[in-house]
Amino acid sequence: MAHIKVPEGVPGIRSLVMFRPESGQHLYALVQVLLRDESPLTEAERELIAAYVSSRNECMFCMSSHAAAARYLFKDKKQVVDFVLDDYKSAPISDKLKALLNVAGKVQKNGKEVLPDDVAKARKHGANDREIHDTVLISATFSMFNRYVDGLASLTPTDPKAYEEMGVRLGEKGYVLPK
Amino acid sequence: MPYIPLEEHLPGITGLLEYRKDTAEPIRELTQFLLRGPSTLTAAERELIATIVSFGNECRFCTAAHTAAADVLLGECETTGKIKTNISTAPVSAKMKALLTIASQVQKSGKAVTNESIEQAKAAGATDIEIHDTVLIAALFCLYNRYVDGLSTVTPTDPNFYKGLAERISKGYQRLPHGYDHLKKK
Repeated sequence: MAHIKVPEGVPGIRSLVMFRPESGQHLYALVQVLLRDESPLTEAERELIAAYVSSRNECMFCMSSHAAAARYLFKDKKQVVDFVLDDYKSAPISDKLKALLNVAGKVQKNGKEVLPDDVAKARKHGANDREIHDTVLISATFSMFNRYVDGLASLTPTDPKAYEEMGVRLGEKGYVLPK
Repeated sequence: MPYIPLEEHLPGITGLLEYRKDTAEPIRELTQFLLRGPSTLTAAERELIATIVSFGNECRFCTAAHTAAADVLLGECETTGKIKTNISTAPVSAKMKALLTIASQVQKSGKAVTNESIEQAKAAGATDIEIHDTVLIAALFCLYNRYVDGLSTVTPTDPNFYKGLAERISKGYQRLPHGYDHLKKK
């Protein structure tokens, strides 16, 4: 049971933003612009970074919902999501994305963990300023969302079907504040 | 040196918020609402939450900035010193001690928040909204601390810099309507 009186039966972040829409509207605006608006990274890649960071924070709700969104957006290449969550270093993805996931993983631990070498490696594989910036901010943002969702012990569905539906909704409609 | 090109006259978070303004806007609005909006917690109490989390994440820029902001709002600097060493000896209410304990747990992980610490906060009179806002402020500063340090932004060493910043943010977190060009060295 959640630590505070959120709407019953509503999972994860949705229950929290329905409890407090005044802050929820800005949280949804942030994740919409960061994961859906213009970026040199594809929507699928950005959802993958979100799922990877959430998995490292052991936030089941965020990991499962963003993995589902990434699978939906990767379409016929959706198996890369599970490869990355298992071990990104051996996953069938570009060296650039591997280097960016390395940066995201360091940010998840602590900002100071990111060393000049980590950034240099990403640049060597073709990452530009905006890709490096967006990777760091996505990882930092999910370090916030994961703590918000788990810190208040919001409802985490256990049925994989529930997440599959969320993935379709996030892939098709993006982040719309629930009413 | 920052890992990406940022305006030299804007160290710490401000350069990042000016680098990408479309993501900065909801981050600023969220911070303004949580730290300065209507609340049963004072602005100073909410700055203490930002301070203890930034201190736990060892983010020097955010710790110095929010310590200075809390000092300005409180009119003293004893409290910020004490919460960093031992929450239980700080001159704050039992409710604030319980909320600061929750914030420190959130800094480690969302899963580190215990039922006991929530019960303690409720027993000391904390409302659901106060507990919610404490967790979200703590989580938000886990974002800020990682954003600021993950891109290796500049941390000024001159204490006067943080005094000036504290004066600015004690008034609010929204972008200055005229931008920040006036901060460029003449």
